[in-house]
Amino acid sequence: MVSRLRRAPARYWLVGAVALVLLGLPSAVTSFESSEWTLVLIFAIAIMGLNVLVGYSGQISLGHGAFMALGAYTTAILVSRYHVNYLLTIPIAGVIGGAVGFLLGIPALRLSALYLALATFALAVVTPSLIKRPVELTGGVQGILMLPPDPPQFVKDAFATVTNGPQMTSEQWLYYVTLVTGAVLFWVAWNMLRHRPGRAMRAIRDGEVPAAASGINVAGYKTLAFGMSAFYAGVAGSLYGLSTGYVSPDTFPVALSFQLLVGAVVGGLASIVGPLVGGAFVYWLPIVSSQTISSQDWIPSQISSVFVKAGPAVTYGALLILIMIFAPNGIVGLATAAYKALRSRLRGANEQGTVQMPPDPHTVG
Amino acid sequence: MTRLGPRSAAMVACLIALAACGGSGGTATDPGVTSNSILLGVTIAQSGPAAAYGTIANAANAYFTYVNSQGGVNGRKITYKILDDGYNPAQTVPLTKQLVEADQVFAMFGGLGTQSQTAVRDYLNAKKVPQLFVATGATTFMQDFSQHPYTIGWQPPYQGEARIYAKDVLANHPNAKIGVLYQNDDYGLDYLKGLTDGLGANASMIVDKESYDVTAAVPTLAAQLTTLKAKGADTLFIFATPAFTIGSLAIVTAIHWAPLEYVNSVSDPAAYMQIAASKGAKIDGAISVGYIKDPTDPQWANDAGMQLYQKVIASCSTCKPSDGFNIYGVAVAYTMVDVLKQAGSNLTRANVMSIAGSNLNETNPFLLPGVTVTTTATDHYPITQEEVIKWSANAWHLQPPLIDEQVS
Repeated sequence: MVSRLRRAPARYWLVGAVALVLLGLPSAVTSFESSEWTLVLIFAIAIMGLNVLVGYSGQISLGHGAFMALGAYTTAILVSRYHVNYLLTIPIAGVIGGAVGFLLGIPALRLSALYLALATFALAVVTPSLIKRPVELTGGVQGILMLPPDPPQFVKDAFATVTNGPQMTSEQWLYYVTLVTGAVLFWVAWNMLRHRPGRAMRAIRDGEVPAAASGINVAGYKTLAFGMSAFYAGVAGSLYGLSTGYVSPDTFPVALSFQLLVGAVVGGLASIVGPLVGGAFVYWLPIVSSQTISSQDWIPSQISSVFVKAGPAVTYGALLILIMIFAPNGIVGLATAAYKALRSRLRGANEQGTVQMPPDPHTVG
Repeated sequence: MTRLGPRSAAMVACLIALAACGGSGGTATDPGVTSNSILLGVTIAQSGPAAAYGTIANAANAYFTYVNSQGGVNGRKITYKILDDGYNPAQTVPLTKQLVEADQVFAMFGGLGTQSQTAVRDYLNAKKVPQLFVATGATTFMQDFSQHPYTIGWQPPYQGEARIYAKDVLANHPNAKIGVLYQNDDYGLDYLKGLTDGLGANASMIVDKESYDVTAAVPTLAAQLTTLKAKGADTLFIFATPAFTIGSLAIVTAIHWAPLEYVNSVSDPAAYMQIAASKGAKIDGAISVGYIKDPTDPQWANDAGMQLYQKVIASCSTCKPSDGFNIYGVAVAYTMVDVLKQAGSNLTRANVMSIAGSNLNETNPFLLPGVTVTTTATDHYPITQEEVIKWSANAWHLQPPLIDEQVS
């Protein structure tokens, strides 16, 4: 076991370190900051789903905010009206999101990239209005308020023993719920993408005709990708509703769908870690753009007021353009390229002209 | 059974050490107050579709700057931290938590948006942080005081305003056929409820109501307005935010319709009416209500309150003095300072909330003469008096008397 640990690639150590930091986070930061990281993880889950669709299977969706809305309202209605246990509603929200996504994936097969983008965009635009119509069900414009869930007693006790600090808050509990859900979903995605479904999706992304010629069920995998990504978005939406404590038509505007797509691209399409980076990006960008920039004295006030007035949209757009030009594989792609360059430079000093085997045959592509 | 290797044991030890560094000490005084400063916070839309409202917070800040220049409140200078939530309640929640838990504000003041403030109302009440003078007329913020004693509104409730319109219609146009165009959200629905309740048994005077979503493009309102005209309405109520009101007034004239128009107070600042007129709208005879002095009304040119406003607003470089939202911001900031002054040395959240919610009796220099800002143990509606105003010769003209509309 120890020898396996020693031979494990550096990547696994990095993952382990990140996992440990995420696990211990609530004990080291304030409850409020835990709630911020909960939102980061929620966006990461939604972006992971979008990544499966866009990065790995090559379809586009400008409407994943709608699936998040579906998941959030499922949880809100079940919890507030039918008094279902909130933890149970998370997978239910995912399943409903996934089912709707799968059904939407069927007509989507007929649409080429541009028209698929338009169709999903239409879905995002219509979502707030659609939510308002069935007033008895969704609460219409009043929205639905949810009480923050109390951590179960045994978790509170365990937390108190480990941290020896103030009582566990509902925000910290939701952080752990999100962390565990995210870890499970990431593991499922990682596994799926390593094996046959992942290879099939990548083949479809790189060329549908050769993929079909190789005997891959193109229609099946494309709808699977849609359904799976909608499942992830539904779960993320459910957690979003729980951690915010309030759902209303205005909490799922069109901008949300854009943010998810930009986050996926900036983080790095077709990577597993990308969504986590993308989630942090989506959460922190509006805050940096409106708060941090305006508080920096060295930025002239005309420039910072442009950022503040236009809102995060300007910064999203600017960063998207920069990333597309200089780092098309996103931040993760940039980091991986830098790491490879560094390693080859370090190795190059010792082994010149040696042909290197790819470090991990599983992750080709 | 596996033993913890030295590396993993070190990691766990670090984790526990980090954890042990956590924990907070409590202080006896309320957060946000020091011997020479008071920190207030707000979330408001400064970008996105509702960005026009953002100037309210800047105007309020201008008033605080003025007060600070006069020595502050009992020797304390007010700092007002303004955060942009883009009118999205999902962003209001983390930003409010940031203000309360990270920035440790004394109170939230002037939060904007019915959905946004509803999203954080339970949280602020649970934490006993005052949610003062929210910038929305949604009736619930005043009506539900008993369930949420740390929340109080300021401006007249939309339902009360609509009841005044109902009274006006019943008194002066009892045979009117009423058409209603309303924004399909809490704001529009609140107005509609007030109108329907105010008409009471005569609610059948409403021949048709048409709604639109705030994400709609303004020209598409022609469809709803044409329908209302076709149903035979001769009186039109426009429960819409400024951009849509301006557009609707222009469209009504364009489709050759000349109903009696009732414009709501959110959209009635003279500047907006003049824009509508410049787009071809025939708006003479339009009716609204007012409770604040309009900066473009020449009758207040020598008024002490208006001159103070002009002096205060000059310190806000991005604020247009003619914008009705700005005098609103200054007026509500005046009330905020008044409450802080009344609290005196007992500057605790509980005391400030008790004054704001149940012990307010203020004459505000920026409001119409005779309008008072009052709260008592049984009345949690700070402002309920409004005056009917009629548009003619490119300006609003007050139609006394002041009407006091209580919404129970």
